[in-house]
Amino acid sequence: MMDIDDHDISLSVNGRSYQRRVESRMLLSDFLRHELGLAGTHVGCEHGVCGACTILLDGEPVRACLMLAVQANGRGLSTIEGLAGSKGEYHPLQQAMHDHHGLQCGYCTPGVLMTMSAFLDENPEPSEDEVREALSGNLCRCTGYQNIVDAVMAAAERMRG
Amino acid sequence: MKPAAFRYIAAASLEEALALKSEHGDEAKFLAGGQSLIPTMNFRLARPAVLIDINNIAALAGIRPSAMATRVGALTRYRFLQRDVAFARLFPLIGEALPHIAHPQIRNRGTIGGNLSHADPASELPAIALALRARFRAESRSGERWIEASDFFVGGLTTDLRPDEMLVEIELPAPRPRTGSCFMEVARRKGDYAIVGMAAMVTLDEQDQCLDVRLSLCGVGETPVDASAAAANLTGQSLTEAVIGEVAAAVRAMIEPAGSVHASADYQRHLAFVLTGRVLRTAHQRVHDGHR
Repeated sequence: MMDIDDHDISLSVNGRSYQRRVESRMLLSDFLRHELGLAGTHVGCEHGVCGACTILLDGEPVRACLMLAVQANGRGLSTIEGLAGSKGEYHPLQQAMHDHHGLQCGYCTPGVLMTMSAFLDENPEPSEDEVREALSGNLCRCTGYQNIVDAVMAAAERMRG
Repeated sequence: MKPAAFRYIAAASLEEALALKSEHGDEAKFLAGGQSLIPTMNFRLARPAVLIDINNIAALAGIRPSAMATRVGALTRYRFLQRDVAFARLFPLIGEALPHIAHPQIRNRGTIGGNLSHADPASELPAIALALRARFRAESRSGERWIEASDFFVGGLTTDLRPDEMLVEIELPAPRPRTGSCFMEVARRKGDYAIVGMAAMVTLDEQDQCLDVRLSLCGVGETPVDASAAAANLTGQSLTEAVIGEVAAAVRAMIEPAGSVHASADYQRHLAFVLTGRVLRTAHQRVHDGHR
């Protein structure tokens, strides 16, 4: 039996700094949910297929279930809890998902929103095909995707002003 | 679903990483992008006692072009390659294959060295490495050696790397003039594992006769498959439909796909036949028309 392999890490999540001691085998997805109480990051498949746990690592969407918490040491993360404005006003993507009925059960939605917010930052004027391609790493079993695509297109238009 | 306990060490330098691997051997795994290793650990199919994180070793990442060959550091992420316009222009075959590799979130983390060391036969890059005649630089505490792509993939998920070695760099020879390439893949969904994926490199001489034709496949065996032998007789010939048909039949006959619940072995062979024609025709066309 090996000793528990603990590490001290410090990181920022949605602009707030955290210091914690974590066991090396703790997944980043579990760390966010269980240690920081940020349960908006959902856990679906835990092997990188479903996309529900997508967060932004220094601005880039990644699977939180395919990273160890200890690897986030010194990094800046964004999760769904940081997407809305400081007064709780919806991000344009959230508003568009609401308007276009882009969710039913909502389980995949945090991952979808994190993926799409980074995508629109990089490509503010996407075609529908590009949205579908960008969405390909996020499984949704309710909507059939059409309403999500509609919502992202609408959000993109609104964000362009 | 949690990985079994392990000791985690973030190596600060290549020397440190290699010393640790030399000390722990097969008990230890290098952690690069983690997009194959972590899921395997989550399922507890892999239970390394020691995980050597190499993500902080900046010297392992990046593209170093030169006139003869381009060297790509093992820790270079797919997304980095996709964003490098000059690289995609120089190696359109890789540029064409990258979007088939999983999804954007995976491509943000996954690395070229991790992919090749994992040696998944359904993965695109091992087959691409064969088509491009890539060479791999392996380093250990006792020195370095170069391994040809054709010698690197020795079995299912198995490479020629020794327990104390790390794949540190991939060397891609610059394509010769008058070369066209093409990669195509059939998968159940975009980003899924290939049922069959195929790469072609066609180099023509000044008379438009074949000078060199490279063919390789992923998804049809225990290792990526170099099918260039099926096109060996093309040298000095024009790439006519009749000739393409013969090569496609030869490829169909030489592969030994295992089949799966999603695609029978016969269907995979049929796809290899069809794809051979398509990639050869497209690569040939691109010698003249360029790669868009």
